[in-house]
Parts: sequence; structure tokens; C-alpha cells
Amino acid sequence: MLPVLLIALLSGLVQLVLPWWSAALVAFAVCCWRSRSSGGAWMAGFLGVGLVWLVYGLAIHLRTDGIFTARMGELLFKRQGAVLPLLVTAVLGGLTGGLAGLSGYLVRAASANSRVSTPPNA
Amino acid sequence: MRYTKAITVTVLTVALVWALNRPWGSVPAFGPLMSPFSGFWQNAETISTADEDIKLGGTQEPVTVLMDDMAVPHVFAHNDHDMYFAQGYLTARDRLWQMEFQTHAAAGRVSELVGERALELDRFNRRLGMGYGAEQTLKGMEQDPQTREALDAYTAGVNAWISSLTPATYPIEYKLLGYAPEPWTALKCALLLKVMTSTLASGADDLLMTNILAKYGPTITRDLFPDYPTHEDPIIPVGTKWPFTPLPLPKTPVDSGLHQLAALTSGLSAVHPRANPAIGSNNWAVGGQKSATGRPLLANDPHLTLSLPSIWYQIQLVSPTVNVYGASLPGAPNVIIGFNKNVAWGVTNVGADVLDFYAIRYKDASRKAYWHNNQWKPTRQRIERIVVKGKPDVMDTVYYTHHGPVVYEAGAKAFKRNIPVGYAARWIAHEPSNEMACFYRLNRARTIDDYRKALSYYVAPAQNFIFADNQNDIAISPNGRYPLKRKEQGKFLLDGTNPADDWHGYVPAEQNPLVINPPRGFVSSANQSSTDPTYPYYINWSFAPAERGRRINQRLTRMNRATIDSLRQLQNDNYNLRAADALPTMLSMVNVNALTPAEKQALQTLRQWRLNNDPGEIAPTIFTEWIERLMDAVWADDFNKSDTLPMRLPTFDRTLTLMQRDSGSHWFDNTKTPVREHLPQVVQLSFRATCDTLNHRLGAMGPRWQWAAAKGTDIRHLLPGVDAFSVLDLNIGGGAGIVNATTERTGPSWRMVVALGPQPKAYGVYPGGQSGNPGSPYYQNMIETWRTGQLNELLYLTSSQARHTRLKRRLTLN
Repeated sequence: MLPVLLIALLSGLVQLVLPWWSAALVAFAVCCWRSRSSGGAWMAGFLGVGLVWLVYGLAIHLRTDGIFTARMGELLFKRQGAVLPLLVTAVLGGLTGGLAGLSGYLVRAASANSRVSTPPNA
Repeated sequence: MRYTKAITVTVLTVALVWALNRPWGSVPAFGPLMSPFSGFWQNAETISTADEDIKLGGTQEPVTVLMDDMAVPHVFAHNDHDMYFAQGYLTARDRLWQMEFQTHAAAGRVSELVGERALELDRFNRRLGMGYGAEQTLKGMEQDPQTREALDAYTAGVNAWISSLTPATYPIEYKLLGYAPEPWTALKCALLLKVMTSTLASGADDLLMTNILAKYGPTITRDLFPDYPTHEDPIIPVGTKWPFTPLPLPKTPVDSGLHQLAALTSGLSAVHPRANPAIGSNNWAVGGQKSATGRPLLANDPHLTLSLPSIWYQIQLVSPTVNVYGASLPGAPNVIIGFNKNVAWGVTNVGADVLDFYAIRYKDASRKAYWHNNQWKPTRQRIERIVVKGKPDVMDTVYYTHHGPVVYEAGAKAFKRNIPVGYAARWIAHEPSNEMACFYRLNRARTIDDYRKALSYYVAPAQNFIFADNQNDIAISPNGRYPLKRKEQGKFLLDGTNPADDWHGYVPAEQNPLVINPPRGFVSSANQSSTDPTYPYYINWSFAPAERGRRINQRLTRMNRATIDSLRQLQNDNYNLRAADALPTMLSMVNVNALTPAEKQALQTLRQWRLNNDPGEIAPTIFTEWIERLMDAVWADDFNKSDTLPMRLPTFDRTLTLMQRDSGSHWFDNTKTPVREHLPQVVQLSFRATCDTLNHRLGAMGPRWQWAAAKGTDIRHLLPGVDAFSVLDLNIGGGAGIVNATTERTGPSWRMVVALGPQPKAYGVYPGGQSGNPGSPYYQNMIETWRTGQLNELLYLTSSQARHTRLKRRLTLN
């Protein structure tokens, strides 16, 4: 749970000043540091970044009565309605965060593996 | 194994980020676009009522801006500099992308944004000398200290907004096309004026008319393409005296060489159709003797391409020297159509013949010299560097003669079918000019003398400037700089080697047509002939069809005790005067017995029609199609509309005259058939073809035949194909040649009615909204008011402390 919150909080802050892909750096770093399994890292990155994108997008959508969400939905997906823009936003953020989180965990695991190369029972 | 996995997944992550961070063809970069921190979400806006204190550092003293419920800024400044600075800042805040896109287009820089597919468009605009003309105009504007100050302050204001932007706050179009705004310059203001000149004063049938002359000779050409129509009610009322001694007109050269010229015009391609004839406008002013208040009323509705973001931007500008309200053009300081405490003014297009083409004879292939006045004269080269997105730059050399640029060299392909190849363009838009000085003065005008003085600064595109003031003066003047030419000089292509064919200076500004307080008690214009044939100078041989102007004048003649509402109703008049003129003649020739039941039904619909182009009527759909079929049936065999030797058709006015006065004319015979057709057969066939076409296109007669549905009026975003930011298929009447001139793609781009008096009372609306941002509630909020023919009251404030329920918030610019 902690990695999700950490990624959400830190990536939210970082994206206020840096480009969108800075969220991937945050997910990578946090998972590299805290994650204990590949599945956990993927979920932490996916949820941490994806939720922030979804919640922020949804907040804007509700605050502005969704006028623009509908227009962008039509422009990008040829469909009226807010579902697709919100869904695609959340999934894009989630995929980026999830993959970056997984990479972070795997890189740590690989480098840990290289440091402790001999099995403990040897 | 672990290494491989780590590396694979990391590479995959980087690849995903890379792929999402770049555009793919016309698909924008989805990562930055979808991010709620930087993407389109950031462009979603809501109605704000919070006051704002904005630190900019460009003003000399604080500027107060009151925003009303239509998001119209009312600017209160302590000096002109601050006022124009604020105008630039506020306009850019709402319309930056549009301002830059339009000036990029004028400068031939669209390829920079969209790549190679805009290359020929860019080349055309550059070769016609749009950039060159803007540079000339900028020189004119910078010579006058007042307009230079306004221009510089406006530019600084626009740049103050641009420098406050981050990629997250760029207008959505930048995010979709993947580029960034560049600094604004005074040259861009000049380019914007060239956009208007190019829209309104770049029509030229010289080539098409020359081809006709070559085929049919002068007698037939003059007969079918007369210099004055049968049905006409000119802008300057017939009988108005010309209170001046005219300059002598240039002589016609002995050998005009026109037949040789025609031979040079082959090898054309038709990429674009001719200028849209539905672009026109209405304006009128009613004198105190005909108004309910005893003071004049003025109305104006310029018809342009219906587009979003809107062409116009409403603003009120107040400083110690001025208090003016009206419609401004995003990208240019001052109000263009508006009113102040004492006066109101408006414009419609004149359609003067101010673009002529001269055949050029080069000395040799180097194009360094051309023959003129019995000697070789040097050309000047202008190198145009066109930046193309994703491709190397394209260099294009344009050769300039004293006439102007050679738009297309022999052997080249023209972008528009009316541009002759191998000719230099002499165009009023290439002259140094300072139109801004005219508007600067109109904004501050108090009397009719101020109006006349202001008009003397205006060059192009020539406009019918209408005027009314609260001292009961009304006036109209088809005004601009008119080249001094012999009659019909420029109806055909001209000989670039012969100085007799050159422009011979200009008509003195004080001799431009003008009428003040005519006995009929009103003045008006709707792009019809400026004057009757007694005016001593040549302005053009052909103007917009007279129906709108005649209808307006009919109604104004009958109108008494006019009010704002009666003028508003006239702006929405849907009466089809062309049908009133022609339908009795046409219907009388149809042989009912030879029609199918469906055709009889269509005929019956026309017979019962009350001649209004109302949205639910079916008859306008049939009539409009019938006219097109009929014109084609009469003329298509004689006048080639294709590329080999392109021609134009005679006007509908001339055709109707022929039908009514010379129904046995050989022109009604279709030369492509062995038998001799007569007019009734042509009418009958064209009516049946009309029913066929409509049936094919719309099915059996039903709701889809209704005028609004068949016409399909769209207001489209400036980027082609972006339907999501457009408003499509409006349920609205009107049409070409109707006072309510709402066609498929054009229409009243701003409607204004002003009642003069101790304090002005004004109403207006345009089909869009103050914001250019599709994510704003103010993007299209006025369209419904416009569609239903209603107007909003325009709040004319006299103090920054003013209170009104419609004022929503206050901005302070420091």
C-alpha cells in the first residue's frame, strides 16, 4: 500500500513542474526502493500513476461540467461522452507507471542478484 | 535471466514513453495530450467570477477591465498606450492560436505546421506578394506616430500573454499540432489586414473575361457582360450630384494587343474554385425623420466564412481620448465596426477592381530584365524560404516588375484557376498604406467631418463605410484607394509592355463616391454597384447581385418610426427577391402535362411558396437547384468552365433579362445537340433535372427537402476536418442573395444595431463566442442567440466604477 501512496504523492508533485514522463521516473525509483515482488511493483506503479491521472482528470471533468471532455472524446475517439477520454487517460498513466514500476523492481532484483551471487547455503 | 528480464522491461518502458511522447503522422503525441497535468484537460475551463490582479509590468498605470456575462472586456486605461496594451493582452488571452494561425497562413507558413500538403497554398500566398504587401503596410503604419504607438503597445500586450504561457497552458490547437507560439510582431498585425484584403479584394475575372473576348469578340462580350446590370439600385442613390471636377481619364491604347494575350493563358489547372460570391455584407442607416426616437439608427452585418474561433472579438476601449465599443479583429488594434457616444459606423465590401494582371515579356531565360515602354527594365528578385515540417526548406524565387510580382512563370501550374500564368499582378495590397489610421480616427469620431477625414486614410480592401451620428447626420461612402483607370481597364488582362496600360495614379480620396443625408432618409449598401454609370471613374464593371440591396431599400423606403427591433427584423429578412423576379417567368414556361406526379408536386410547392427562405420551407431548395440547373442549361455549352480555356458565365441578371426580353435568342440553343432548343424547352428540361437531382440526393420529397436541412449551414473550426470543435447543420433559413445571407458556409459574422441619442443604445451578436478555446463555456455560447435572429444588448459603460447586473468580474493589469 505504501508504494502506491508514495508514487501517487511524489509523481503528482513532480508532474506539476516536469513533463508527463517524470511520473515514470518516480514509479521506477519508488519500486526500485520498496517493492518486494514483480506483481506488487506493477500494481503500485499502475495504480499510483493511473489513479492520479484518473482522479485529476475526473476532478477537471466535474468542475467544468465536462464540456471539453465530450468534445475531445469526439475528436480523438469519434464518440461523444466522457468515458473514453477518462479511461484512456487512466490506462495511459497506469501503463506508463506500471511498466516503470516493474522495471524499477526488476533492475533492483537484477543488481541485488549480482551483489549476492552465491546462494546462501553454499 | 534476471538481467535479460530487467533490460527487456526497462527498454519496453522507455520505448512506450518515447512512442507516447511523439506524434505519429497526424495523430498527436498522446502522452502529453492525455496527461491531466499538461494535456487537453488543462484547457477545460469554467465560468469564473473571481476578480484577478495580474502583474505584467507592461503598463504605465494600472488598467481596470470589467468583464461582462458574455466575457466582453470593458477596458479602462489612463492613457492610449495602456489601453492598446490591454487590448493586445486580452485578445491574445482569448484568441492567441487563431491570431497566429491566420497570420501564418497569410505569410505562407502553413507548411511549417502541417507539412508538404500546404506547400502550394503557401507558395501561392507568397507569390501573390502577401508578405511583401504586409511589409509595405507596416512601413505606412510606422510612419504615423499614433498608429505606431498603438501597434507597439498592442504587440507588447500580446507578448505579455505569450510569455506567461507554459506548454500546459498553450491553446489546445498547439497541443494537437505539436508546436509552440512564437513572439508577436507588428508585421503580424499588417499580415492580418492582408488576410482581409485577400478575402475581400483579390477577386479577378480578367483571365476568364479575356478568354471570352478571344472567343466571341467585343460586341458579344459587351452584350453578355455589361458594365451595369438591368436590375439595380446603386449604393449612391441615382441622381446624386458629383460635386467635383474629375481628373481626365487615361486614353485607350490604339492596339490593346488583347488577342495575343489570350494565347498566353493556356496550361492552367483548376485546384480551387473562384472566390466565394456569397461573401458580402449589409449595412444601412436610417435618418432621424424615419426613426421612432428622432435620432438615427445604424445596422451592419458583414458576411464572411462562418468559422470558429469567431472572426470578431467584442471589446470596449476607454482612455482619456476615446470610449468606443464594437467588433475588433483579433490581431489588430482598435475597433473595426462599432460606435461611441456620438457616432456609429459599419462596413460592407465594395468589390473594387484593384487586382490586375500584366503580360510580361522577359529579355531572356534569366528573367533579369523585362520589356516596358520600349526599353529593357531590371526585375527585382525576392527569395521566399518556405519551411516544411519534416522536409528540407523549399526556396522559391519571385521576380518583381514595377507592376508587381510575376505570380506564376510561364510553364508553371497556377493554384487558382483565375490566376494567369506569365503575368505580373498589380494589386492594391502591395501599396504602402495605413488603414489603422482610419479606424483610430473613426473610434474617436464625433461628427461627420471626423468621419470624412478618417476615410481619407483608408486604402484597401475598399469598403462601403456607413455612418450615423447623434446630430442627425447619416452618410455612406464606397471608400478606398481606387486606381485611376480608363473604363473597363482591368476587365481583361493587360499588356505589361505598354505604359498606356499602367495604373495612372489614383482617384483623389475626396472624389470617392459619397452621399450625406439623401432625401429618401436612409443610406444602405449590400455590395451592389457603388454608383450608377454617371460616376466619372471606373471602380469595377461587375458587383455583387443587386437583390439584397434592392430588398433592403424596398423595406427601408416603406419603414417609418423605425426602432432597433425593426432593423433587427430586417437583418433577418428571408424574402427571396430573385424568386420574385424570375419565378413567374420560369413557371409560365413549364408544361405541366408533361410532368410526372412527383414533378407536379414540386411545381405545386413552388407555386404556393410565399417566397421566403424560411428553414422549414421546401420551395427554396427546389428554386435554388433550379436556378443552378437553368444557368448550366443555358450557358454551359457556350462558356467553358473547365481548365483548357476557363471562362465565367454571364450573370443571372443578364440571363433573366435575356429570358424576359429576347426569349428567341440563339443562346438558348444547346450547341451540343443537333436540334434547335428554345427557352421553354430549356426551362422544362432544367426543372425536370432539378427534381431528378433532388430526388437522387435527398430521396422522395419530405423533411430532407426542407431548406435548412438541404442547405446544412455549418460553422467550422479553422482547422479543416475538426468537426468536434465545429457546430454543424444549424436549423436556419436565409441564403445567397437573401438579406439574411446565411449560406452553407458563409453568413452574418457580426450583427449590430445602434440607436444614436444622448447615450447610444446598441445590440449585437456573432455566431460564436468571445473565447477561442473549445474548452471554454464562452466558445460558442452566442450561436443560439444568433441562429434565432436575436441580439444581445451591448453594455456601453462610461466609468470603471459602473455597476450592472451583467458585470461579472474585475481584472486589474499592472
